[in-house]
Amino acid sequence: MSTDSQQKTKHSPVLEFKSSTFSVPVLVLASNDVMTIEQQLQDKVNLAPEFFKNSPLVFDLQELNKHDLDIDVAELTKIIRKLGLLPIGIRGGGAQQNQQALKLGIPVHSGHTVAASSETQKQQAPEPEPEPKSQTVAATTTMITHPVRSGQRIYASGDLIILAQVSAGAEILAEGNIHVYGSLRGRALAGVQGNTEARIFCSDLQAELISIAGNYKVSEDLNGVVLNQHVQIYLQNHTLVIKDM
Amino acid sequence: MARIIVVTSGKGGVGKTTTSAAIAMGLAKRGHKTAVIDFDVGLRNLDLIMGCERRVVYDFVNVINGEATLNQALIRDKNCNLLYILPASQTRDKDALSQEGVGKILDELKKDFKYIVCDSPAGIEKGAHLAMYFADDAFIVTNPEVSSVRDSDRMLGILSSKSRRAEQNEEPIKEYLLLSRYSPDRVKLGEMLSVDDVQEILSLHLLGVIPESKSVLNASNSGTPVILDEKSDAGQAYADIVARYLGEDKPHRFIDEKKGLFGKFFGSK
Repeated sequence: MSTDSQQKTKHSPVLEFKSSTFSVPVLVLASNDVMTIEQQLQDKVNLAPEFFKNSPLVFDLQELNKHDLDIDVAELTKIIRKLGLLPIGIRGGGAQQNQQALKLGIPVHSGHTVAASSETQKQQAPEPEPEPKSQTVAATTTMITHPVRSGQRIYASGDLIILAQVSAGAEILAEGNIHVYGSLRGRALAGVQGNTEARIFCSDLQAELISIAGNYKVSEDLNGVVLNQHVQIYLQNHTLVIKDM
Repeated sequence: MARIIVVTSGKGGVGKTTTSAAIAMGLAKRGHKTAVIDFDVGLRNLDLIMGCERRVVYDFVNVINGEATLNQALIRDKNCNLLYILPASQTRDKDALSQEGVGKILDELKKDFKYIVCDSPAGIEKGAHLAMYFADDAFIVTNPEVSSVRDSDRMLGILSSKSRRAEQNEEPIKEYLLLSRYSPDRVKLGEMLSVDDVQEILSLHLLGVIPESKSVLNASNSGTPVILDEKSDAGQAYADIVARYLGEDKPHRFIDEKKGLFGKFFGSK
């Protein structure tokens, strides 16, 4: 038996490659003023220092390159690291910027690169300008794996995913969508900056209050049919719709 | 390595001091040198429960202010010579405590003691904050009713975000649930939350259930920690809790209803 298993381990592979998808916040830059970037990034980090601590980050230079604004990748990386974030990729950078990033050990992500063809892209696609805006909202995702306790408050500038419960008396807010994969007993407010497309998804609805873009319902308004159910909540004609999933 | 245990709850009157006294005595009885500190400055109670109120000379605040040494203030327990009590000051308030001072005293105690039990005051203000700040383990004492459970939940949030371990990004405080004043009969009648209800709300590891018991009041009045009353159910429950905390595998004995008529006549009281 034992020799058999030994042989097996000798021949069976000890490693394998698998493909996984991760949610990683993307930092989309609209200016190449390093000082301003540092200032504003610091402000963002201050909003939720716990969640930004050691968070991986991909920075996106597409917007900059569209407007032919160059930025020193080394300097930018230094700032990101200084604020406690871990840069793990560059996206939409030019050839030289990509080279610079690789030298710093930062992988280059393709996705939607402007690279050399920034000129042609500019001519080809003048229309979809407003699109990246909504993309930036969805691009930054905050993930919480521990229970959100009574009295705690969590703010996400993009989507918010919570893998544990949200206790009564806790408050979770997101500019984008909210997902809660434990019991939702506290207050959940999605689209707090007015995004009426935002939705709340939860696997066990017992919330004290739910709100999307300022349209809210309190616990008393939730009828028994939706309580303790797996639901999604969205906005239709300024009315909250709670639907079974 | 010494471990600092905070006994906390948020809500008052749930049995923090009773638990602190019982746990500290239980650990000491098992051969671990233990100190128990009363953080309830201004509303000192621990000395009464431990039956040492007539031997208090110096207190916690005196040591913080450098008016007495730690050895002068520590009172050796009369039932167990491995147990020491550091009483709170009755004439001062919580502002007399400082984070630096508390940290210094705990560091000094750590050199000499295996376990340091911090009896937290109720609330989430300065006293409770300092009691939990340096902790390695937290015993959350909860009664099976909604307001107590919610306050415990709030306390858990504070433990995970405002403690020294959280601030320095170390391994988080280990949290244990102690459900006190539990009465299976009243749970059955629907007058009380069940163990499952409480665990569902708090999602926390249950260290033990302490049944509602006359022996607790008797023990408090006589100044002997209830764990020394080995015949009482509450005493046994605390002994089980200490054993479980030390890594032993003990089945939960006090969750289900007491034995029937037969058991009432022949079982232990």
